[in-house]
Amino acid sequence: MSEPWEDEGPGEVKKFMYVNRKAPYGTIYALESLEVVLIAAAFEQDVSMAFLDDGVYQLKKGQDTQQIGMKNFSPTYRALEGYDVEKLYVEAESMAERGLTEEDFLVPVEVMSRDDLARLMDEQDVILSF
Amino acid sequence: MKYGILVNEGPYQHQSADTAYQFCKAAIARGHEVSRVFFYHDGVNNGTRYAVPPQDDRNITVRWSELAQTNNIDLVICIAAAQRRGILDEGEAKRQGKDGDNIAPGFRISGLGQLIEAGIQCDRLLVFGD
Repeated sequence: MSEPWEDEGPGEVKKFMYVNRKAPYGTIYALESLEVVLIAAAFEQDVSMAFLDDGVYQLKKGQDTQQIGMKNFSPTYRALEGYDVEKLYVEAESMAERGLTEEDFLVPVEVMSRDDLARLMDEQDVILSF
Repeated sequence: MKYGILVNEGPYQHQSADTAYQFCKAAIARGHEVSRVFFYHDGVNNGTRYAVPPQDDRNITVRWSELAQTNNIDLVICIAAAQRRGILDEGEAKRQGKDGDNIAPGFRISGLGQLIEAGIQCDRLLVFGD
């Protein structure tokens, strides 16, 4: 099959936001979402990640998955900085509803109100929700 | 308008595959272009030709193949997600030492870069998932 993109030039930078809404374990969404972010880093777009709903648990410190027989992939969030993925937003309401504070996260994040996050989403070119 | 589509859920289990298909059909009918449909997470199961749904039900995979053929849509299955779930083309089957492939006509297996590329090149990238 021919490549539909062949005749188009590279170099365009768009604002990509990855929206993470699911708990890190229980379903594969969080893990496979992180794989997208890491691969996408090679495309040098303007990338940010938002964590809301149970997605805030993805960044929780001290995850121990030994008893559920799954790989603890949370250290990978610490590697994001090396991929120039530095804009990590946590929705304040989701965080508070789950009794978490900024100190509970394993990477530096910007805590943002639901309204402000909605405004930020509005500025994006591409939103990938997982 | 040029659309890219992301399908994150498996067929039959979840309505995402149906809604994505109906959206593509409606958009094309209105004169829009759907350049690429990218299948991720359990969405990769949309692309197995070994599924045999009951005869009085829709055949989701055949429907995708036909839509793609008629409208020149690039149906891309994520390789990492496909490897986890046993979706193989001829090359992958050989590489992994498996005794056969199961990819449906019109689908191809490629990397996550194809999703990001669709996000960059299309006017809109729509996500169909949970």
